[in-house]
Amino acid sequence: MGHTIIEKIIGKNIGREVKPGDIVTVNVDRVMIHDIFIPFVKEKFEEMGFTKIWDPDKAVLIYDHLVPASQVDDTRHFRIGNEFVEKYGMKNIHRSDGICHQLMTEAGYVKPGDIAFGTDSHTTTYGCVGAFSSGIGYTEMASVLGTGKMWVKVPQTIKVTVNGKLPANVRSKDIILRLIGDLGADGATYQALEFTGSTIDEMSVASRMTMSNMAIEAGAKCALFTPDEKTAEYCNVELTDELKDLKGDADAVYVREITYNAEDLVPVLACPSQVDNIKPVTELAGTAVDQVFIGSCTNGRLEDLQCAAAILKGKKVAPFVKLIVTPASRKIYKEALADGTLETLVEAGAIVTHPGCGLCCGRTGGILTDGEVVVATNNRNFLGRMGTSKVKIFLASPATAAASAIAGKIVEA
Amino acid sequence: MNEKFSGKVWVLGDDIDTDIIIPTEYLALKTVEDMKPYAFSPLRPELAGQIKPGDIIVAGKNFGCGSSREQAPEVIKALGIKCVIAKSYARIFFRNSINNGLLLIENADLHDAVKEGDTIDVEVNAQITHNGKAYPIASLPENLVDILNAGGLVKAMRKLNGLD
Repeated sequence: MGHTIIEKIIGKNIGREVKPGDIVTVNVDRVMIHDIFIPFVKEKFEEMGFTKIWDPDKAVLIYDHLVPASQVDDTRHFRIGNEFVEKYGMKNIHRSDGICHQLMTEAGYVKPGDIAFGTDSHTTTYGCVGAFSSGIGYTEMASVLGTGKMWVKVPQTIKVTVNGKLPANVRSKDIILRLIGDLGADGATYQALEFTGSTIDEMSVASRMTMSNMAIEAGAKCALFTPDEKTAEYCNVELTDELKDLKGDADAVYVREITYNAEDLVPVLACPSQVDNIKPVTELAGTAVDQVFIGSCTNGRLEDLQCAAAILKGKKVAPFVKLIVTPASRKIYKEALADGTLETLVEAGAIVTHPGCGLCCGRTGGILTDGEVVVATNNRNFLGRMGTSKVKIFLASPATAAASAIAGKIVEA
Repeated sequence: MNEKFSGKVWVLGDDIDTDIIIPTEYLALKTVEDMKPYAFSPLRPELAGQIKPGDIIVAGKNFGCGSSREQAPEVIKALGIKCVIAKSYARIFFRNSINNGLLLIENADLHDAVKEGDTIDVEVNAQITHNGKAYPIASLPENLVDILNAGGLVKAMRKLNGLD
């Protein structure tokens, strides 16, 4: 019998064939801890009695949610993180380089076929390069840091096929939003998503990243893409036969198969306040907008900023609309600076902020109040995510966000 | 944990969320012992008082969906529930349960056959027996059983490190 991608990754890791439902212990290739949870990880790690990290080079600590500090207490996280790194001999620490999920593949920490865990729920992102990655709690992270092992249940797989050419104003964000709407917020709980089809083949790694990032919003444990030439180039690895084989076999068993024709897809929005509340942009067209946010680990990459810049070039953001642009990493920031993207955005009236989680985690950089409407490119529109519980958050692609910023109201790009 | 045990069954439905297992308003209570009387209170207020140590919960799909509160598995364990057997679990609850020393078993068929008050026999890593019929269950690796035996992940790690 054939295997799905996740069955192959886990099987290779433990050296035997696995099937969905098996509970196995894997050897962890990489872990990521972010600033919010480092104090708790440290406390549990020491309560457990560990005195050293199993392999300090495999652990990465990233400050992103709290950078730069917006409240005095935030600095405590940096102090404890710095102490932890020093005490246990960690070398991989990023204090202001960007969002954890961007950095983990961008800085080369996670490669195709790896198994990685992080303390943030959007750790599913690294599936974009064909790695199995998922979010865990801080207690569990403490034990992984001590042992290098993690128990996992081999998930069933939902196969999602997208074939054809996307319309010009439809982006990978629209595909994943549509899928989450169709699956429901718990429609993939404990399952793996596996993406395939000609549309996926044509897609950049950055576009795939948007989709794996949001898999958790349907409850998925991970979301996997087969490594190809683009993946190999992005990850700076050789595209070996082994990596090429990280695809679903023809006779693999799927719990469900969903197919979309790219030509049929339209720009969509996740409407307040659930990520699976999906509607076509045209249905909400004309809704007045107070703020637009382009950034996050979902859509803060160079191609997202370039997409927005192409729409905003020579135009102005509507009066009274604040357009906030937050590159996902310092590297992206520099690239967007070098190719003129940031200049175009600033000329159009954008506020460009430092790389990091920024407004997405609702702590800094554009908090909203009762009755305000924001069109945002990030991954969650939960109540109170970007200010008060009466802020209306619409999730959209960078194209829809940029077009709406110019119009001052929700419009299709 | 015994390799084999028997227990009286309490039957619950689908989508038993963490707010049902222990409502948010009781999360601020100092200890899990204090929370025990309120377990399952939105659904069956009398249930917590009726559960006896060694009893088993059999439930439908998506047991433990909702928040990541670790108090949900903790309070079930504190009530003396020997194990939960559900059609499926929400992912975070599943991990939190094992890490807090609560045995979970997944079985798709038992729920539809069993009645509240029935007694079932459980052989961990092998099968459940009810009314003479065997229901196979997936195996737990030894180290997972070790976590459960130790009483959770923190205790298991302390034991591993020779502290307890």
